[in-house]
Amino acid sequence: MMWIFLLSDTFIFGCFLLSYMTARMSTTVPWPNPSEVFALTIAGHHIPLILIAIMTFVLISSSGTMAMAVNFGYRRDRVKTAILMLVTAAFGAMFVGMQAFEWTKLIMEGVRPWGNPWGAEQFGASFFMITGFHGTHVTIGVIFLLIIARKVWRGDFDRERRGFFTSRKGNYEIVEITGLYWHFVDLVWVFIFAFFYLW
Amino acid sequence: MAEVALQSVQVPAKSHAEGQQHPIKLYLVVWGWLFVLSTASYLVDYFQVQGYLRWFLILLFMILKAGLIVAIFMHMAWERLAMAYAILVPPVFVLVFAIMMVFESDYTLLSRMIFFGGGQ
Repeated sequence: MMWIFLLSDTFIFGCFLLSYMTARMSTTVPWPNPSEVFALTIAGHHIPLILIAIMTFVLISSSGTMAMAVNFGYRRDRVKTAILMLVTAAFGAMFVGMQAFEWTKLIMEGVRPWGNPWGAEQFGASFFMITGFHGTHVTIGVIFLLIIARKVWRGDFDRERRGFFTSRKGNYEIVEITGLYWHFVDLVWVFIFAFFYLW
Repeated sequence: MAEVALQSVQVPAKSHAEGQQHPIKLYLVVWGWLFVLSTASYLVDYFQVQGYLRWFLILLFMILKAGLIVAIFMHMAWERLAMAYAILVPPVFVLVFAIMMVFESDYTLLSRMIFFGGGQ
């Protein structure tokens, strides 16, 4: 079922990126240069796109810890699975925090869904919609991770305790399902990073 | 006889349904590659590679990263082929849609330049 959901979500993000492509290709005004828009000045050095690069590494690291959590879940290693899931959730929360920082910075600089100081008006609308939806997905993923990590920690899947909404016996498969969702969020970021920030 | 032999092979595999058992090293290696590929795509921007080479490199690194995540982290490489096709083929239609929208936006751009004179 998770795969079916992810497929439908693929189409949602696919359509967002398509509408962004259409807006960018059809505007007569030059598109703002993302390399400059997302540059930061750290310790006197002007570094292009650095925050986005750090966010990418954070999300990839969270995918790595999640993959290992799934692996330990299959080995029925309760403690390691829970700890790795919590680390994943922490990376996810860090990502959302940096995104909040990025949004704040851009809003302070005058980026709005209907306009911005540097060029094509559609930039703001595309940016807020695509990264906003992605950030929401990450946030939901963090909540999902915390809930499942708690269940793993409590030993629900060793004792086959029944779930809250279902009469089925709990088992470690849910860790893999959580992992699928989380890797998908990372996957979407790969495409956003390529098409929105680097293009 | 062959069926019996086949079953005796499959039964333990099924009762041992603890799913994917891969060495941790595999995940660490993939993780490392994802870092390398991300760094590479960042460097494309850092050194301001432009033109077709930029687009080619961005797409190349993107596809490699996406492939690694789907195949290894999401375990698609060990899924049944039917499942892999069921999930991987439908997104191809997004590409078809993309091609359609390229024509559409070229047309919009052309009409905007002709009727609003924005492009001059």
